[in-house]
Amino acid sequence: MLESILKPWPWYVAGPLIGLIVPALLILGNKSFGISSSFRHVCAACMPSNIPFFKYDWKKERWNLFFVAGITAGGFIAMNLLTVATKVDINPSLATSLNVNGITDFSGLVPADLFNWNSLFTLRGFVMMIVGGFFVGFGTRYAGGCTSGHAIMGLSTLQLPSLIATCCFMAGGFIMANVILPYILSL
Amino acid sequence: MKSEVAIEKEQNTDFETRSLDTICVNESHLEHSWVHNIKYSLMGIVFGIILVKAEVISWFRIQEMFRLQSFHMYGIIGSAVAVGILSVWLIRKFKIKTIYGEEITLHPKEFNKGQIWGGLIFGLGWATTGACPGPLFATIGSGATVIVVSLLSAIAGTWVYGKFRDKLPH
Repeated sequence: MLESILKPWPWYVAGPLIGLIVPALLILGNKSFGISSSFRHVCAACMPSNIPFFKYDWKKERWNLFFVAGITAGGFIAMNLLTVATKVDINPSLATSLNVNGITDFSGLVPADLFNWNSLFTLRGFVMMIVGGFFVGFGTRYAGGCTSGHAIMGLSTLQLPSLIATCCFMAGGFIMANVILPYILSL
Repeated sequence: MKSEVAIEKEQNTDFETRSLDTICVNESHLEHSWVHNIKYSLMGIVFGIILVKAEVISWFRIQEMFRLQSFHMYGIIGSAVAVGILSVWLIRKFKIKTIYGEEITLHPKEFNKGQIWGGLIFGLGWATTGACPGPLFATIGSGATVIVVSLLSAIAGTWVYGKFRDKLPH
């Protein structure tokens, strides 16, 4: 039992557990599952700057900030208490194509060759960490939700706009990973 | 009496602004002290643990998904949605209430072009950072401190969207 907790969890365990968060939040307090809204609440709380989009009572949504604080703590707990160091099992053809761009460290969940404080000040690091993050924040709000809000909560409630959004998330991801990212990685 | 109507109207307007461009919203009309929010932190901890243990926060897993080199992420999202659909159906069918006895409400969203343009932009960012918003938080917790920069950049992106919202096609 303990051994299977320490090993990576298969999709058929993780997926249904994530799905159960939807009814759990609804039953705990009528809350719709989502994460990207937390970025907006931070804007509303810290720098509303008289922008109408940020002029609302963010305290009514502070549950969402407690939720994302929990996610951060959960990441810490999982990595430090529930994980034994194992190499991430990677598709060989992905490994081969990444090797070309000097990415050889597959020991962590986040590639140490790409995401570290030193590479933040290189062009590649800047694009991958700062521009990428900006797109995540801008795009999710423009779309009205992220993978949690649209792909999981929205599809769970059978909403067509969420299906459209999810398809566009995937389309954007396919274009980036297959067409644009090879150029960024070679920077 | 008149002032009560005014308050009601103000609350509605606030909900309209809060629920603008988001699925994720507090539908409850109840107000509690902040202590009640701790249960959402506990849910967050559970979610964060799943994201790390199932390697959803792995940049490599996201690349495999978008390069069709692994079924893992499709299995996770697909089975999560299946369980979500079934749960919401059960909640509606049996009119399950919250633990406070409140009726569970869901406001459907309307289509606008933002779901297309914003969706594509988010997709580009997702494949670059290898993280959607949930994993951004879990990755930071797992010890990749540099991702704090990506998180701040995402907040900046949201702010810029809010600033120029009226000028963008919807």
